Amino acid sequence: MSRISSCFEKLQAEGRKALIPYVTAGDPAPGVTLPLMHAMVESGADIIELGVPFSDPMADGPVIQLACERALSHNTRLVDVLSVVAEFRQTNQTTPVVLMGYLNPIEVMGYGAFAQAASDAGVDGVLTVDLPPEEAVEFGALMKAKQIDVIYLLAPTTVESRIEKICAAGSGYVYYVSVKGVTGSASLDVNEVASRLDIIRKHTDMPVGVGFGIRDDASARAISEVADGVIVGSVLVNKIAELADQQDKIPEAVAAITGSMRQAMDK
Amino acid sequence: MPTTAELAIAKQMPDQGGHFGDFGGRYVSETLMAALQHLEQTYETLWADPKFQEEFDRDLAHYVGRPSPLYHAERLSRELGGAQIYLKREDLNHTGAHKVNNTIGQALLAKHTGKPRIIAETGAGMHGVASATVAARLGLQCQVYMGEEDVRRQVMNVYRMKLLGAEVISVSSGTKTLKDAMNEAMRDWVTNVDNTFYIIGTAAGPHPYPKLVRDFQSIIGREARAQCLDQAGKLPDALIACVGGGSNAIGLFHPFIEDADVRMVGVEAGGNGLETGEHAAPLTAGRPGVLHGNRTYLMEDDAGQILGTHSVSAGLDYPGVGPEHSYLKDIGRAEYTAINDDEALDAFRRLTLVEGIMPALESSHAIAQAMKMAPTMGKDQILLVNLSGRGDKDMHTVAAIDGIKV
Repeated sequence: MSRISSCFEKLQAEGRKALIPYVTAGDPAPGVTLPLMHAMVESGADIIELGVPFSDPMADGPVIQLACERALSHNTRLVDVLSVVAEFRQTNQTTPVVLMGYLNPIEVMGYGAFAQAASDAGVDGVLTVDLPPEEAVEFGALMKAKQIDVIYLLAPTTVESRIEKICAAGSGYVYYVSVKGVTGSASLDVNEVASRLDIIRKHTDMPVGVGFGIRDDASARAISEVADGVIVGSVLVNKIAELADQQDKIPEAVAAITGSMRQAMDK
Repeated sequence: MPTTAELAIAKQMPDQGGHFGDFGGRYVSETLMAALQHLEQTYETLWADPKFQEEFDRDLAHYVGRPSPLYHAERLSRELGGAQIYLKREDLNHTGAHKVNNTIGQALLAKHTGKPRIIAETGAGMHGVASATVAARLGLQCQVYMGEEDVRRQVMNVYRMKLLGAEVISVSSGTKTLKDAMNEAMRDWVTNVDNTFYIIGTAAGPHPYPKLVRDFQSIIGREARAQCLDQAGKLPDALIACVGGGSNAIGLFHPFIEDADVRMVGVEAGGNGLETGEHAAPLTAGRPGVLHGNRTYLMEDDAGQILGTHSVSAGLDYPGVGPEHSYLKDIGRAEYTAINDDEALDAFRRLTLVEGIMPALESSHAIAQAMKMAPTMGKDQILLVNLSGRGDKDMHTVAAIDGIKV
């Protein structure tokens, strides 16, 4: 069983929900990411979504765009992100790591080479924002051969026939985008999310994570009552941006946010 | 050159998924998928409807002023001493460039879908002006995303858009040019998808945009083919068009795909020279990748990050290109080359002085290529050049290069 699936099974047995923080690798500088990942795990994160910086993050709002720009100012490449995961795995063999980003850096490396390198580094899942299942036949097969989960997005506008198709193509968990918009946009409507999740669950037994628009303890808790996982990104990346000049304080400050969300979710 | 059978297949591209061979497709976030599927259905239904075709043709005739002339540039041809140069005068269209053919078509789609708001991205501002124009005519709200750098370079067009009632949103992310304007427009569309129609200005982006923009722009090639047969009694020996995203070029080329004897030459922006890396020539000096919803040739680094581009002409300053051009290059049907800033500026001045026609700096790249090719060809041969836009918008750029304040 994949690290992701066993993580969700364990949580379900404990009656808890997954806290899934997102940070962009290499933001604001290469040395920050590894201690930050460990600090988030210690504060109660269950799965880490690690952003692969891209020059043109079309689906992201200004917060994550700027994170990409900071990471790219130090030339953080896909190979560097994989190195961070490999280092993380030296001391942590249990927390799943999902790479989240855009296709072109993977395209340039080559799908086969990427599958091998990601597997070697200890990556558990890949969420490629601009690679829908229709275009992912070859990619999906190569990832599956290396036991790496391919995680897909579902949107408020995704029709039921497509929900079924996407869930059939994906594994690990499915990521429900809770608002129409880019990352970090307007706050979400929990009732609306709950009714969408009911529809999604008619088509899959996979855990459903919810992201976009979760910004504080209250929204994390509210979403944890209806979803299997709570994905939080822009609020953490904002904190990283604030402390870009005091990098040694970043792991503790971000972990304080995730730790507080953890407590709110477990209440 | 591909075989007749292969050219027949090429003419029918893209496939159902929007693929032109290995290129094109629909590489977008799920958040855009429903909107693109809806657009595709709307487009396929309307494009097959004779009433929609009539409406489109009527607008092109009475609002745009089509057909645009095919003009034999006799004096320039004589001076160059070789092939006869014919100019397809898209500069004479309403709003001054080929862009309006596409915005008329997409605005009709917007009207039929009942969306009250349109958005557009723009580089040189011509597509922004063309979008603001059709929005004014149809009473639609219009917002145009434009890179901060381009807002500075194209002040006249920014003011034109404002006069037309559009709001110009200056984009300061990334390289502050066309690619970033496109990112920002996509972000807007994802957020406001219920009431907004996104008019993409070039034959690039996710399916169905490359197909529908090509179809709307193909009026250029259909007219040019008939006009050349009528005036010269034969087809041209070669077509020349500038290529940024490539909508004027694909509009000219597509109706000629099966005419195997007609060479197709796309001209990219060589900027300060391909060897300097400061250019916007993905087909000539880039490699395939995925950006803005399609697989195509890109300017990118070894890690897959998109590179900044340089061209004296804002409209060519884009690191990608329409996927159909990538396909036509790889199957060997079209050839692509680059013209540097200096050569384009020379062509801008020469055509203005010799023919009294001031070309856009974008189109000047195509003129420069014709000036290179014509002397190597016979006097009975024909070069058909797409004069995609007029140069009024570029006067202050040229004046600044000359050290003159206007």
